[in-house]
Amino acid sequence: MDGRLSAAVLRSLSRLAQGYLISATLGIALGMAIARIGWLRSTLRPLVLGLQALPSICWLPLALLWFGLSEKAIIFVVVMGSLLSIAISTEDGVASIDPLLLRASGVLGVRGLRFYVGVLVPGALPGIVTGLKLGWSFAWRALMAGELLFVAGGLGQLLQQGRELLDVAQVMAVMIAIVAVGSVVDQVLFRLFEVRVRRRWGLAEAV
Amino acid sequence: MSAVLKRLRQRYWSRKLLVPSRARTGLAKLAVRRVGHTFSNEVVALRNVDIDVHSGEFVCLLGPSGCGKSTLLYALAGLVKPSGGHISLDGRDVKGPGPDRMLVFQAPALFPWLTVRQNIVFVLRAKGLRRPEALQRARAFIRRVHLEPFENALPHQLSGGMSMRVALARALAMDPAVLLMDEPFGALDAQTRSHMHELLQSIWMRERKTVVFVTHDIREALVLGDRVVVMAGRPGRVLEDLEVRLPRPRDPDAEELVELSRRIRMLLARAERVSETPPPIAARKEPEHEQADPGAGRVSGRTVPPLGAGL
Repeated sequence: MDGRLSAAVLRSLSRLAQGYLISATLGIALGMAIARIGWLRSTLRPLVLGLQALPSICWLPLALLWFGLSEKAIIFVVVMGSLLSIAISTEDGVASIDPLLLRASGVLGVRGLRFYVGVLVPGALPGIVTGLKLGWSFAWRALMAGELLFVAGGLGQLLQQGRELLDVAQVMAVMIAIVAVGSVVDQVLFRLFEVRVRRRWGLAEAV
Repeated sequence: MSAVLKRLRQRYWSRKLLVPSRARTGLAKLAVRRVGHTFSNEVVALRNVDIDVHSGEFVCLLGPSGCGKSTLLYALAGLVKPSGGHISLDGRDVKGPGPDRMLVFQAPALFPWLTVRQNIVFVLRAKGLRRPEALQRARAFIRRVHLEPFENALPHQLSGGMSMRVALARALAMDPAVLLMDEPFGALDAQTRSHMHELLQSIWMRERKTVVFVTHDIREALVLGDRVVVMAGRPGRVLEDLEVRLPRPRDPDAEELVELSRRIRMLLARAERVSETPPPIAARKEPEHEQADPGAGRVSGRTVPPLGAGL
């Protein structure tokens, strides 16, 4: 049991990592573009907000049609599940930067790439981190749903197997494993990172 | 009797110590020619402003809220394009904001994720300095504002006065041609403000930077400035351009200074009474008059009052 479990966990996590990395990169880029470019904001923002309401599992049929029964399909579902929430949070993060700071940057001669990388991204970071945290949990859920429906190794498959073999113990064990992985990443990784960012940015409450 | 004599003596000396500015020959550092500005909501922020700022001068723009002093400063900074007239620095027209005309706002506007030292190094690197030089220069200016022990502190760990000192150090480190300051000490308490006056005075006496300083506080203008340009609002205009001939460093409680501030206060009060009668709004009530007056400017596009301009 243990051998299969750890193998499954690794399989699921690797898919998650790939999908999540793609959606984080695209999501942050999209969010920043929407925040800064006027015409992009008026056209894409309603679309992004609308699509975000779509439960991520609804992307699976489309993914299967486009990518067939492959890894790509699952990763696509993971990406679509988290991309939009990351983009929205990033856009909020950029919008919440003190406008005086942006004006001061102009006066100080901070322009171009240095402005984007040195002022916009750090300035929006609290919002971006929130988005990444949200995106992670959406991605995890999307992955589990995808793996359950489209059997291809990983924890979802183990869950299905347990059901087929009428093995309640296996089903529960896998559920615990899923919760454990999700919690560990959420609590340890993100909590740590988020707290550090907020403290440095001066947003932490006084203890 | 001695009180009367004292008053007479004070009046006499104040006549000598606060005189209209004389015109100087040579190219002005910052030339403001017939500048006027009207906002899109048709408020005349500035009308016919003509000022020359010379190299090494400390000029204070003094006036009540709404007199256009912040608008003028923002126009000098390049953040507002005046609807009439033009502004030039060292002979070249002012096009947009830039580090040659550093603007220090009322809020420190420090990058909250960078330490004090990093805040200064970041903008110096943006200017083009290499890391070791930027670091050295940043440290020197941090020392200049007496903040060495706080080099590695983050902005949220600093008090208001300390953040303002960092903002000042950052502006000075950029070595601008002109330093523009928009009521920088307005948000500080009186105690901190007088410390900042001393600091600014001592730094300025060493460096002799060209400074344009906006304030509504008459004492502050007299303590800091070589010249005080007194402005009034509705419409925004220059009332008087006065030269302050007190010796430096200046004591804010000195008799002469208090007397000079009294004179300026009366000047402002008189102007306020005149302004009570509603002035013509641009291009509405007196169209012929406005046409003959190029400095007033026409309504310009979609300009909005700058952040922080009192209206």
